[in-house]
Amino acid sequence: MGTKNIIWNVCKKYLTIGLVGITLTDRYAGVCPIRGSSMSPTFNPSLGSFTDDYVFLEKFCLDKYKFSHGDVVIFSSPTNYKERCVKRIVAMEGDYISNVNGASKVPEGHCWVEGDNSASSFDSRSFGPIPLGLIHGRVTHVIWPPQRMRKVDRRIREDGLAF
Amino acid sequence: MRLWFGKWTAIAKESAGRAAIFAKFLCLLHVTNTYIFSPILVMHRFLNLMLCVSVYVVMVVEFSFQVYGPSMLPTLNLAGDVVLSEYISHRLGKVGPGDVVLIQSPENPRKIITKRIVAMEGEVVSFLVDPSRSDRSRTVVVPKGHVWIQGDNIYASNDSRNFGPIPYGLIQGKVCCRILSMIVDKEKHNLFRIDIGTVLAIAVPSTMS
Repeated sequence: MGTKNIIWNVCKKYLTIGLVGITLTDRYAGVCPIRGSSMSPTFNPSLGSFTDDYVFLEKFCLDKYKFSHGDVVIFSSPTNYKERCVKRIVAMEGDYISNVNGASKVPEGHCWVEGDNSASSFDSRSFGPIPLGLIHGRVTHVIWPPQRMRKVDRRIREDGLAF
Repeated sequence: MRLWFGKWTAIAKESAGRAAIFAKFLCLLHVTNTYIFSPILVMHRFLNLMLCVSVYVVMVVEFSFQVYGPSMLPTLNLAGDVVLSEYISHRLGKVGPGDVVLIQSPENPRKIITKRIVAMEGEVVSFLVDPSRSDRSRTVVVPKGHVWIQGDNIYASNDSRNFGPIPYGLIQGKVCCRILSMIVDKEKHNLFRIDIGTVLAIAVPSTMS
């Protein structure tokens, strides 16, 4: 009788912790590992590092969907909803992006994202502007490994345009 | 003096305990309403109340920006419907053509709209561009990772015919049945009429061309 009670109490505790954890990660903040080198040197600067970078992302921005140029965001890939990508917002709705065939305007409710490492980045230059609804959060800090702990700043390119 | 201090700590502890229980309950409500199912009020208005009634029958009202309208007639009512929507199938990738889904609008991420999926990625869609004005029809292949959505009332619906195919990741949930219907009587009062019906996932007729 006593062991049943103990098991039940342990289960309840884990369930509570799980529910609270899920709510907090959904609504307020979370931690995410970064894979790939499309955002070098901001994340994962060298190929041979021991661990991937872990970043802290905040979800308060999802309340009003107010993003700015230069924000690093995590979003579901438009070509495969199960994957998540991390890129930097280069242009918001209403801005013009110079393409191979002239300049095109980013439509309403969308944004243009690009990786910092233009050479090896699958971003809006391939799949076009993404709707803001796909964004899951904004990256604010790198929290692992300890020697790379820092705040992720908004960086706007000098030329102001994609190319 | 010491007695007063002791009483104060006891009260503080008890209120902290109650607050913790309340916070845990809100977390449970959030998880149910995001990952399992919840009733959604579908109304022809810009500001909307999303009623979240979980199985524990407690009403928590959240204001959320939802827009609906006559685009889903005759399936959904013009004045408003309370529908039950579930959030499990789209995470497993099991929504398909014929399902009525809730999606985040690609034009305004704070709006949630209700439409029906017509085609999945890789399929060919033939549709009437603007049936109230002309007979012109177009054929489009849905790209990878996207879906094509249309309202049931093609004469008054702002859907994929206007903003193109939408990424699958924008789908928020699938509507499974209708619980209540709102009707408007002669004096413009909104009344709820209990109308247990099911929003059927019909096979989409392929006679558009």
